[in-house]
Amino acid sequence: MTAPTTKGSIRQRLLILLLVNAAVVGLLLYLVVQSVARQIAQESQDNILAASAISILDSARVTGGEISIDLPYSALSMLDSVTDERAFYAIRLNDEFLSGYENLPRPGDYVGGNTVFQSAAYLGEDVRIASTRRSFATDQGQAFLEISVAQTLTGMNRTLTRISSISFGVGIGFFVLSALMAMLIARSTTRPLHRLTASVSRRGPSDLSPVAAPVPSEMAPLVSSLNNFMSRLQLSLSRSEDFIAEAAHRVRTPLAIVRTQAEITLRRVEKPENRQAVREMIRAIDESSRTAGQLLDHAMVSFRTDHLSNETVNLDVLAQETVERLQPLSELREVEVKVVRLDPAAIRGDSILLQSALLNLLDNALKYSSRDSSVEVSVEKDDTEIRIEISDTGPGFPDLDSGQLLERFARGANAEGVVGSGLGLTIVDEVVRAHGGTLTLSNKTGGGACVVLSFPLG
Amino acid sequence: MRSLIFSLGLMCLSTLSNAFEAEDHAVFGDEDAGQVLRIISTADIAFFKPMIQSYLSDHPDVAVDYTVASSSELMRALYEEDLSFDLAISSAMDLQTKLANDGLAQRHSSSQTQNLPDWAVWNEMVFAFTQEPAAFVISNKAFEGLPLPENRQQLINILRQNPEIFRGRVGTYDIRQSGSGYLFATQDARASDTYWRLTEVIGTLDPKLYCCTADMIDDVVSGELAIAYNVLASYAEQSAQSDAFTIILPSDFAIVMLRTVLIPTSSEKPELAAGFLDFVLSQTFPRGTSPLLQSTMLDDANQNALHRIRLGPGLLVYLDQFKNRSFIAEWESAILQD
Repeated sequence: MTAPTTKGSIRQRLLILLLVNAAVVGLLLYLVVQSVARQIAQESQDNILAASAISILDSARVTGGEISIDLPYSALSMLDSVTDERAFYAIRLNDEFLSGYENLPRPGDYVGGNTVFQSAAYLGEDVRIASTRRSFATDQGQAFLEISVAQTLTGMNRTLTRISSISFGVGIGFFVLSALMAMLIARSTTRPLHRLTASVSRRGPSDLSPVAAPVPSEMAPLVSSLNNFMSRLQLSLSRSEDFIAEAAHRVRTPLAIVRTQAEITLRRVEKPENRQAVREMIRAIDESSRTAGQLLDHAMVSFRTDHLSNETVNLDVLAQETVERLQPLSELREVEVKVVRLDPAAIRGDSILLQSALLNLLDNALKYSSRDSSVEVSVEKDDTEIRIEISDTGPGFPDLDSGQLLERFARGANAEGVVGSGLGLTIVDEVVRAHGGTLTLSNKTGGGACVVLSFPLG
Repeated sequence: MRSLIFSLGLMCLSTLSNAFEAEDHAVFGDEDAGQVLRIISTADIAFFKPMIQSYLSDHPDVAVDYTVASSSELMRALYEEDLSFDLAISSAMDLQTKLANDGLAQRHSSSQTQNLPDWAVWNEMVFAFTQEPAAFVISNKAFEGLPLPENRQQLINILRQNPEIFRGRVGTYDIRQSGSGYLFATQDARASDTYWRLTEVIGTLDPKLYCCTADMIDDVVSGELAIAYNVLASYAEQSAQSDAFTIILPSDFAIVMLRTVLIPTSSEKPELAAGFLDFVLSQTFPRGTSPLLQSTMLDDANQNALHRIRLGPGLLVYLDQFKNRSFIAEWESAILQD
């Protein structure tokens, strides 16, 4: 059997897709958590800066047309409350610089309110600046008092580092969790496939019944195709067996007539060369008729093993009967059949099949035995099994290595010159297996073949 | 640029002369030593000498060039004139913070600085190495027969009840001249309203105003002053004639100033400076053997009444020209009642 060509694996593909998906989502999670947290951190820093700027603005008052500002201590000290931060501020009236750090970057436009934020570099460090303004009536008319407050980013950066590592952890954690889930999912998704494979490959060689175990709906078409295919196969197999049986049956009867006629003819023919030709004819006819008989037997065995009857069979009786039945043949070939031992042994099974198996074995033994030799038959029973052993003194099995002898129409290398179809051992094997037993072929040390049928008890 | 952003109230302190003025100058160690560490400091030579000598005994290859200047002159030297010093030591925490805040100090981190308490370090730039409370220094002779004031309220009462004793004999900082005096005054005012009442009472007594703690102590010792207010207790404790006066930490609250050191960006030998800085800190923390810090007074004081001035940008507030102008105006109107 050749291995099917494979391209990819559903499980691998599923796993890769799920892992890619997990990686993408993990990365997204990392980025989203980070950006949201950054935004929140930025907002809280902005809020503190705005509160500081507004508290300075609130301390401003106009006295005698002049602006005076009483800078609150907390306005700058609050910027330094958690981490050490450098702080800067600038107070401007319109474009006139009043106090603080004159070069502190000014905000651009005040868009959407009177407080704006910007990031800038100042005195060699990155700072965040909040600016707010309010209109005052001074002796030079309406003027905007603008307060800018800036802070370095030490605490902010510390927060961001922490956020970054937290969100990285969240991303990685998500990925790892998803990867584990992905493996479980991939495994559970392909499990029905494995189950189906197992159930199909567990079957016996001739079990072509439909798969009945429930499968997921996606696999239903596959299984129904499979069932359909098997039922067609079953049909075509049984048709061809029917055909073979029918053909064998139809051939056998005319062959019997032809053989009878040939024997009559043999008696009449006197010329030696003609007699020889007729003898060869009879021999060929024998071979054909035997093959037809075994084909019939085989068809019968196939049919009966599918519908095995379950009666008590006494193997000792059956062996005795079979030996007696072959008496004429053994006498003809001048081979003695000795029943060495007959333990009473009963099993449940099909007596016709079992007898057919014994017939085939004994027939083989007689065929391959030389004249004046003997064939031994024994039926033994012990605590665990029943053994039927048939041994001869013939040439033995030539190639025991493989189960090749049990294949249909295979014959041993030394079968030349012996009438046979190659179906005999196949039939025996099928029968024994149908009864849960095993067939063992071996060669005796002194020469000769030995066949053992063993049926476990219990 | 620095001179542009320099917009401090202290400008009005340093009148018109442009070059910074050193008050004193000394060189310790071998004049031919390989390296010279240039220190600018507000602390008197005598005050800091033990520390330098202790350092030099471990580092014979270093000479220390020590320049004494007032805190505002120190500020001017570094801020305006960009002079090169390796270390700046000052009791004016606000100005030191300003130097660091405005990017004129270098960051320094070492195993020594890692162990500092939070209040003693700001931004890895400004390091505190002393704690110096502001105290009343009272002439024992002048107070004969009078109860000793334990807090500001008691001091107010005594001053009010005995104007004949105290007229012309009360001394305090001229906050227009002294950075430390300004710092003490602003922190006093921040902590309690009593400060303004006390200032007004002192104002009615025709007080003497001083630039420096040492002068005040000298005048208490000589008997010229009956009491000096907001005197650095550390100086008073070290005075040779300490039996002539009594030092009192006010029990309501005592402002504790931290003398700080920083490495200016203008330093030409920052590593040498860092080494000296670590040495100073090691003498101080934890419970070092610094000859500057053997103040039993702080240990005995009620810890809850000690107001340690916090390093940080809050100190910049009183350097704002608006704030400075209005604070000094208020102070002047309280203390100068002619």
